Amino acid sequence: MKTIKISIIGFGAVGQGVARSLLSKQEYLKKQGYDIRVVGISDSKGSEINTKGIDLEDALNRKKQKGTVAIDTSDALELIRNVKHDIVVEVTPTNIGNGEPGLGNIRAALHAGRHVVTSNKGPLALRFTELKEAAEDNGLHLRYEATVGGAVPIFNLVHEALAGNSIIGIEGILNGTCNYILTRMEEERMPYELVLKEAQELGIAETDPTYDVEGIDSAIKLVIIANSIFGQNATYGDVDVTGITKITPEALELANKNNYVVKLVCEVRESRLTVAPRLVPKRHPLAVGGTLNVASILTDLAGRITISGKGAGSIETASSILSDILYIARNS
Amino acid sequence: MIISMTLELKDIPGQLVLALAPISELHGNIMSVVHQHYEKTPRGTIPVQVTFEIEHTVLNKLIQRLEKSGVRVARVGEERLRSTVSVILIGHIVHSDMGDTIDRIDSTGFAEVVDMSLSMPAIEKTSSAYLVINAVGEKELGMALDILRDVADKKDLLMIEPILLNSVGT
Repeated sequence: MKTIKISIIGFGAVGQGVARSLLSKQEYLKKQGYDIRVVGISDSKGSEINTKGIDLEDALNRKKQKGTVAIDTSDALELIRNVKHDIVVEVTPTNIGNGEPGLGNIRAALHAGRHVVTSNKGPLALRFTELKEAAEDNGLHLRYEATVGGAVPIFNLVHEALAGNSIIGIEGILNGTCNYILTRMEEERMPYELVLKEAQELGIAETDPTYDVEGIDSAIKLVIIANSIFGQNATYGDVDVTGITKITPEALELANKNNYVVKLVCEVRESRLTVAPRLVPKRHPLAVGGTLNVASILTDLAGRITISGKGAGSIETASSILSDILYIARNS
Repeated sequence: MIISMTLELKDIPGQLVLALAPISELHGNIMSVVHQHYEKTPRGTIPVQVTFEIEHTVLNKLIQRLEKSGVRVARVGEERLRSTVSVILIGHIVHSDMGDTIDRIDSTGFAEVVDMSLSMPAIEKTSSAYLVINAVGEKELGMALDILRDVADKKDLLMIEPILLNSVGT
């Protein structure tokens, strides 16, 4: 049995999803030969630290009742630096302004000699090369499958399963909120404002939807793809971004009559990065509906490979995180 | 431009290569070759239909080279408007003088707006239009799209283009 000690930094929807998945998968993981122990959990109010392994059930209940997991006041950085463990699971919310607190947490983790698994897009979109080099220089893994496409394993697919292929281009739908809004507008012939309201009531769109509907979230994910898969040194400013707020139900109807759907498509091709509403033929593999995400990868040997799945949700995102944790467990 | 030619070859070995080589030499991209070996012309030659994309500036040179090597050029025709693209425009299209935009594309001589449907829900609301543009080749289609992008940019219209369908270097 290999014991892997991890910390969970950030205990919102994703952090709790990771805790729940670890709980439900305990037996499965032991059968695989891994004892994955959470030795520290941190949220904005403080931390719980237990070097023998935290009772996750207990931690989840406390979070639910008190709104925080904290039982002492030590912060995330103290936990990352001072408690001995193998992997820091950095799942604080994305901040695209300066990447904090995620960026500081990841830097501290790599500096302290700990592997990093993250779902946090900010640090990777802003400082990809720096973080990747810091990890490599220290012989550490930096894994970020959960940053793009939720449960859809884009990076694993390209880096592992499609190893040996040159990647010519990638097209994808990487924002479930926009995809939901466009799908509903087309199905119900409702205007954008009404469908947005519906999405907000269902919790699919945020109260301030700018980040999703203006294409910012998609663009950030595209930057991570460009850097990770195409070895670019791109940032948000390199992406040509158009959102979905101007789209009318009449435009969707005209598209539909001519066998197209309109999707917010992210595209990398020949170092050009674009996020824009595009016409997609109805029978094309990119034409997925609802909140689904999809990525279509054009390769030289394998041709086109398309994968789709759930782009958000705490357990779905935890699936990608768990897979990254196990990758490190196997390869360290 | 895309050219379709009917050539007549002598019924002796090596003639097809003789007919096709000059097209490649002048950087033409051969799209199809129909070689009917058993359908001889009254002159006893074999007709071949070749379709290829080539710069129009070298077309005369190509015909000269073919004739010089003994290949008879029986017919030369331009294949027009083989490439097509659909786009959607959203905005105050009627105020943006769409007629003028269509004229600009049509007057290029290499591209035409062949279909347009307009949907106007209410006077103060934005309207949506679906356009189909045909052009003589992919390059020309790109140039027609550039005209449209320019108009969309100036008149603050949202232009929705199709995803790139082709792709892999197959």
